[in-house]
Amino acid sequence: MADPEYETHDYDVIIIGAGGSGLRAAIEAKERGLRVALVCKSLLGKAHTVMAEGGMAAAMGHVWPEDNWQVHFRDTMRGGKMLNNWRMAQIHAMEAPDRVFELERWGALFDRTTDGRITQRDFGGHRYARLAHVGDRTGLELIRTLQQKVVSMGTDVFMECKILRLLPDAEGRISGAVGYMRPTGEMVVFTAKAFILATGSIGKSWKYTSNSWESVGDGHAMAIWAGADVIDMECVQFHPTGMVWPLSVRGILVTEGVRGDGGVLRNSEGKRFMFDYIAEMFAAETAKTEEEADRWYDDHINNGRTPDLLPRDEVARAINSEVKAGRGTPHGGVYLDIASRRTPEYIRRRLPSMYHQFMELAGVDITAGPMEVGPTCHYMMGGVRVDAETQAATVPGLFAIGEVSGGMHGANRLGGNSLSDLIVFGRRAGIGAADFAEGRAGSPSVDAADIASVIDEAFAPFGREGGDNPYGVHEELQETMQTLVGIIRTGPELEEALAQLEDLKGRVAKLSVKGGRAYNPGWNLATDLPSMVTTSIAVAQGALNRKESRGGHTREDFPGPDPEYGKINFVQHQMGEKGYLAPIAITPEPLPEMPAELRELLEEGH
Amino acid sequence: MTITDDAAVDDGGPSPAPAPTEAGPPAQVTLTIWRGDPEGGEFTDYVMPAVEGEVVLDVIHRIQATEAPDLACRWNCKAGKCGSCSAEINGKPRLMCMTRMDTLPEGAPVTVAPMKTFPIIRDLVTDVSFNYEVAKTIPAFQPGPEPEGGYRMMQVDVERGQEFRKCIECFMCQDVCHVIRDHEDNKPKYAGPRFFIRFAELEMHPLDVNDRRELAHDRGLGMCNITKCCTEVCPEHIKITDNAIIPMKERVVDARYDPVAWLGRKILKRSKKSAEEASAG
Repeated sequence: MADPEYETHDYDVIIIGAGGSGLRAAIEAKERGLRVALVCKSLLGKAHTVMAEGGMAAAMGHVWPEDNWQVHFRDTMRGGKMLNNWRMAQIHAMEAPDRVFELERWGALFDRTTDGRITQRDFGGHRYARLAHVGDRTGLELIRTLQQKVVSMGTDVFMECKILRLLPDAEGRISGAVGYMRPTGEMVVFTAKAFILATGSIGKSWKYTSNSWESVGDGHAMAIWAGADVIDMECVQFHPTGMVWPLSVRGILVTEGVRGDGGVLRNSEGKRFMFDYIAEMFAAETAKTEEEADRWYDDHINNGRTPDLLPRDEVARAINSEVKAGRGTPHGGVYLDIASRRTPEYIRRRLPSMYHQFMELAGVDITAGPMEVGPTCHYMMGGVRVDAETQAATVPGLFAIGEVSGGMHGANRLGGNSLSDLIVFGRRAGIGAADFAEGRAGSPSVDAADIASVIDEAFAPFGREGGDNPYGVHEELQETMQTLVGIIRTGPELEEALAQLEDLKGRVAKLSVKGGRAYNPGWNLATDLPSMVTTSIAVAQGALNRKESRGGHTREDFPGPDPEYGKINFVQHQMGEKGYLAPIAITPEPLPEMPAELRELLEEGH
Repeated sequence: MTITDDAAVDDGGPSPAPAPTEAGPPAQVTLTIWRGDPEGGEFTDYVMPAVEGEVVLDVIHRIQATEAPDLACRWNCKAGKCGSCSAEINGKPRLMCMTRMDTLPEGAPVTVAPMKTFPIIRDLVTDVSFNYEVAKTIPAFQPGPEPEGGYRMMQVDVERGQEFRKCIECFMCQDVCHVIRDHEDNKPKYAGPRFFIRFAELEMHPLDVNDRRELAHDRGLGMCNITKCCTEVCPEHIKITDNAIIPMKERVVDARYDPVAWLGRKILKRSKKSAEEASAG
């Protein structure tokens, strides 16, 4: 093996990923006067955060003064089916309002109440209207505000750079990251005292997903290969309302804001079927009749919430059942109707991008007729196990935030809690990583042989004859995950999935690609596939072990929640041998103990 | 419940794409795609089976998965929200993810070329770093002191800025603008439509205290001859020329040449800072 060529860069803190959480972390670390760089796979400002539509949840109490962090905490824990890390849920509920006000100080222009404050919108699982928003493009506002702030601070940004592997120093602290620049295909090595993973989701392993090509589980996989713990990998959220037609746009998100602003779900018989799917846990706070549900929009105190706004796992399962029972739409979804309930002007003003999306992609005018919607793979609750205060992973020098971290959302995330998660824990990770970097003596160094082996592996598909085409393997992987590790799971199917994944794992290690290194999407996909296989195996293993149904994880062979499983997280990590080919061990561990005063909040009958 | 009043909105939005029908589409589609690198290149035809309801980007993806795995193309969200997949389709800048195949002339080849104004990286991918360099030169948002209980802004006042903040940075307005499309040497002194709306957004932001007018002038606002090409290609239907560039031109004129406005500023002590002050901090 010849000595490989690569450029090197050294910083105090490197953040991998430039979505909402990565940008927020960069601001915090940069304000400390440290040398900070952002590394992202796409152009700056294109990260998946721009896809977030409905808003960010923060108990500011602008619309309902009754709201406070305790109610938000309670809603989050109940939505997560109590699997959440209680301390993260508490920090999130307490700090979210300050983070939203801070965005306003940085130039964000939120929609207003009549008295000029930030207005808030209803969303699933939230007791009060709680989501600060900008029409239905809140994610764009968040990312642009943070991007402009980061740029104005003079932060270094390495765009279109894919990181392949994290490397430790001799003492086991994460000290380097090896990757390549996509435009040129040239290799690059970053060394730093602390690394923050902000790499987002894993959805691209499923066929129907709201996620972009970037969501391949890079951070989840690199953390596992570096020996870090991941938790709750079985908890994947299928958003109840993705587009189902035309086929080419199947999976694209339809914001929950449609239901928050008055839209309702109906089956092919025109019935509002959600009234038939109200779980015991939510019965007390949910409307019993259509009349009560309709009164609730204007009077949250004396009426139960419409069941259209039950948490996402409940709604997704209900849609699945209706379609299975033969009451679906011609294209295998259900109807989402706002046209018959709100004026065209209201719909266009509150949901402009939904209006455009359906008009331009499906030829459907949502102010005149219903949308066809169905579940789509949307969000990863599970991820790197982190310290609630600092977001530090279980390997020193490594931090994780947003979708690549686990614990905050338990078994199911509430809509609106994702954007607020990004800014609350992005800030905390920035502080945590800055503290760690300042306290770390000496220059970080990694073994040149480790770098060479990563580079060697990355370039290997170019010279290899007879291996699989990465596109074909990706399609097979998506088929496996969609059919065997989808919204409803069974033990035998999960075992079959693991067998298929084992086969794919071997083939991904022997891919062949054509062309050169510069901006070659076939090769880029070949370097994404190991991450997808590793995370898919972790999801399937978690799902096989959790023999109950809880939140985003539903087992047909264990249809109800089991209190014993409700007390544990499944922790996965590599012991001894590490890396793509090494096995991943899975062990149950008890959830962190919640203090009595917080438990009392959850037990209050609302 | 305090939802603000509905304003009647007619943003000249999209006309509906034809609804997908169950009747079969034409059997084949031909994409004529520019392939090459900074050294040069040529158009290559790809013939693919037609699939109902597809957008141009879907066909590109099928070409990558079959005939040309190394065909370079930038994309992310595939829902018109990130502005990554800009290209010139049949000569017009458009997002590949929002261009339905059945809205293009049936039976004729569809040409897909990279944006002309920016240097080629490979195939449909261009080097748009010009835009990121301009972004670095814009002084940050600077709010005035925060009153007790937080800032208050009325919906009608934030809506002006919100129109410009819909921008997804697809850079097609930059691509189509003759000032830099046809005159490479203008680039160093011309920020372009994307950044004129940024200046307008900040200038009209109820809380920003910097004065953006001199700066907009210094960055080439006067070179724009309001042909509205940028407005025509904007996938977010932002009225770039009418709502941002022309009002900014008027404000710049007011600031520079109007003696009454000049006197007014002296007497009333306009709260916004001058361009020099803004640049300084």
